[in-house]
Amino acid sequence: MKTLKIEELSKNFGSTEVLRKINLEIDEGNFLVLLGPSGCGKSTLLNIIAGLETINEGNVYIDDYNVSKVEPKDRNIAMVFQSYALYPSMNVRENMIFGLKQAKVSKEKIEEQLEKVSKFLQVDALLERKPSQLSGGQRQRVAIGRALVREPRIFLFDEPLSNLDAKLRVEMRREIKKLHQQLKTTVVYVTHDQTEAMSLGTKIAIMNHGVIQQNESPENIYNKPSNTFVADFIGSPSMNLIKGNLKQSSDRILFTAEGANFDIPINSYDFDDTSQLNNKEIYFGIRPEHIYFKKSNENDFEVNLKADLSEYIGHEQIITFNLANQELLAKFSSTIKIELNKETKLYFDLTQVSMFDANSQERI
Amino acid sequence: MQDNLQTSSYKQLEQKSKYTNMFLRWFLYFVLILFASYFIFPLYVMVVTSLKTMEEIRQGTLLTWPSSLNFDSWLVAWGGRGYGAGDTFLRPYFWNSIKMVVPAVFFSTFIGAMTGYVLTKWRFKGDQWVFLFLLFGCFIPFQAILLPMARTLGVLGISNSVIGLVLVHTVYGIPFTTLFFRNYYVSVPTELVKAARIDGAGFFKIFFKILLPISAPIIVVTVIWQFTQIWNDFLFGSTFSFGEAAPIQVALNNMVLSSTSVKEYNVDMASAIIAGIPTLIVYVLAGKYFIRGLTSGAVKG
Repeated sequence: MKTLKIEELSKNFGSTEVLRKINLEIDEGNFLVLLGPSGCGKSTLLNIIAGLETINEGNVYIDDYNVSKVEPKDRNIAMVFQSYALYPSMNVRENMIFGLKQAKVSKEKIEEQLEKVSKFLQVDALLERKPSQLSGGQRQRVAIGRALVREPRIFLFDEPLSNLDAKLRVEMRREIKKLHQQLKTTVVYVTHDQTEAMSLGTKIAIMNHGVIQQNESPENIYNKPSNTFVADFIGSPSMNLIKGNLKQSSDRILFTAEGANFDIPINSYDFDDTSQLNNKEIYFGIRPEHIYFKKSNENDFEVNLKADLSEYIGHEQIITFNLANQELLAKFSSTIKIELNKETKLYFDLTQVSMFDANSQERI
Repeated sequence: MQDNLQTSSYKQLEQKSKYTNMFLRWFLYFVLILFASYFIFPLYVMVVTSLKTMEEIRQGTLLTWPSSLNFDSWLVAWGGRGYGAGDTFLRPYFWNSIKMVVPAVFFSTFIGAMTGYVLTKWRFKGDQWVFLFLLFGCFIPFQAILLPMARTLGVLGISNSVIGLVLVHTVYGIPFTTLFFRNYYVSVPTELVKAARIDGAGFFKIFFKILLPISAPIIVVTVIWQFTQIWNDFLFGSTFSFGEAAPIQVALNNMVLSSTSVKEYNVDMASAIIAGIPTLIVYVLAGKYFIRGLTSGAVKG
């Protein structure tokens, strides 16, 4: 039984297609993050799961029950919003029990739930305050509390940390992670922040233009991006995508970057399909953190490149190198001294590379 | 040495800017006082005249202070002289106006709040058109609807009655009240409505429990606006009512224009002030919210 299943779901606003044939499944207790740039349809998808938006095609199942036409209140879900959406005229207590009161839960049960949740989230001292008298972090906690008291099957989070300042955001991120570890509830979480997605999700669905690009564990998203969009979207700075050609002979495969006078031997890469690789136009993808200053293992590829630009960011530095007139970014510890406009010896970690078809942009 | 020179020149500049600022400030006060007196002048004349006897009015100038505080003309304006036919005074018409203005303000404000709520939080296909046509209602001149409205009231059988006037003012107020509430609710995050829907609240519950409690500023604006409009209206009052059912502005006009004997300026002035007092009270009581409410749409939260 899947806690949440979305089947062939499409949605359009007038003539604009927002979501196209979305298929998605979540097991009990998983933390799914919907990640993508603004306008990719992730919030619309969340609203559809909540029942706040109608569906044009396809179905949504919760616990194998088709809820596509069920009212939001009857879907057994709770939602936390970006603006917290606390009712301004009610105090914290009234905010938290509003849903239970609508559902005509008994007074004793309401009190019991309220006490349990407010203690758990440490808002029990704030119960008589109005939302306007709370700090950002407290509001966030009350908003989560309002969702918790209903004991829903699925929690929906719509960019809940975007309104907080950087420091508080990191704190609240850890709290949400802790919360999920303790309660083991099923969560769908929308964000455009890749760090949030990586640190929170047990699965990440990356979306672009209303289509899911990749839906896998954070490790797979990072190590094996399924296309250039995902490769480019995840990581900071993002993956270097170097245009070039493959050369295949009977015993080996070589990559030549456009305009370069050296070949990179591809030995340990796991191609989906090794036929027809000869002369294929591809993007050779390597993350800035997988370019080393010192040799780390046997297979590392050694190359001399000229450094053009250096950006110091505290614990590390980002150096831009010139690889046959294509930009190549590398990330080093800031203790390493690199001279600009001079050739520097670098090592590419070939166990960590990704390759994409230059035409289809898909991983090969 | 160099430093000393520099400090002294700075001191001179400082001195100079001090004098300029002082001059500008006094000039500002002068202009403000000038305009304030210009606006207060008619009110002064009205109050002073209403407190004089006719004798004094004939002998003195407009600006002369009354020799004693004489409220006789106010009593006459409010309650009449006590003889039968031809004696018009404001009291019954004042209550006519109250009976008209209270329900008309209530209904137009309530309907406007509802419409504004639907147009912003329960969007539907073509809602912009509905809003556009409602806005259109703000720009239709009063005169243009007199005939059709007279006919409508006739068909409904409520012409020349306070109820008829309530209906006219409610209908004519809806475009304005809707505009106010719509613009206010646009700045209220729609996520509030979404959260309430997930919590299981329906259309009316969301309106009464979530939105209405935070609408105080705009309710005040709307009430002041509607109260002033309806209380001060003369055209609808004089067209759709006469005699006993007339509102105060019509009665005031009748009193001032149809006096058979000598013009009693003191009674006229007292009547005009009485007719204006309720709007003044509403504005004084709620005025501080008025500015706040008018600007509240601009700042979120």
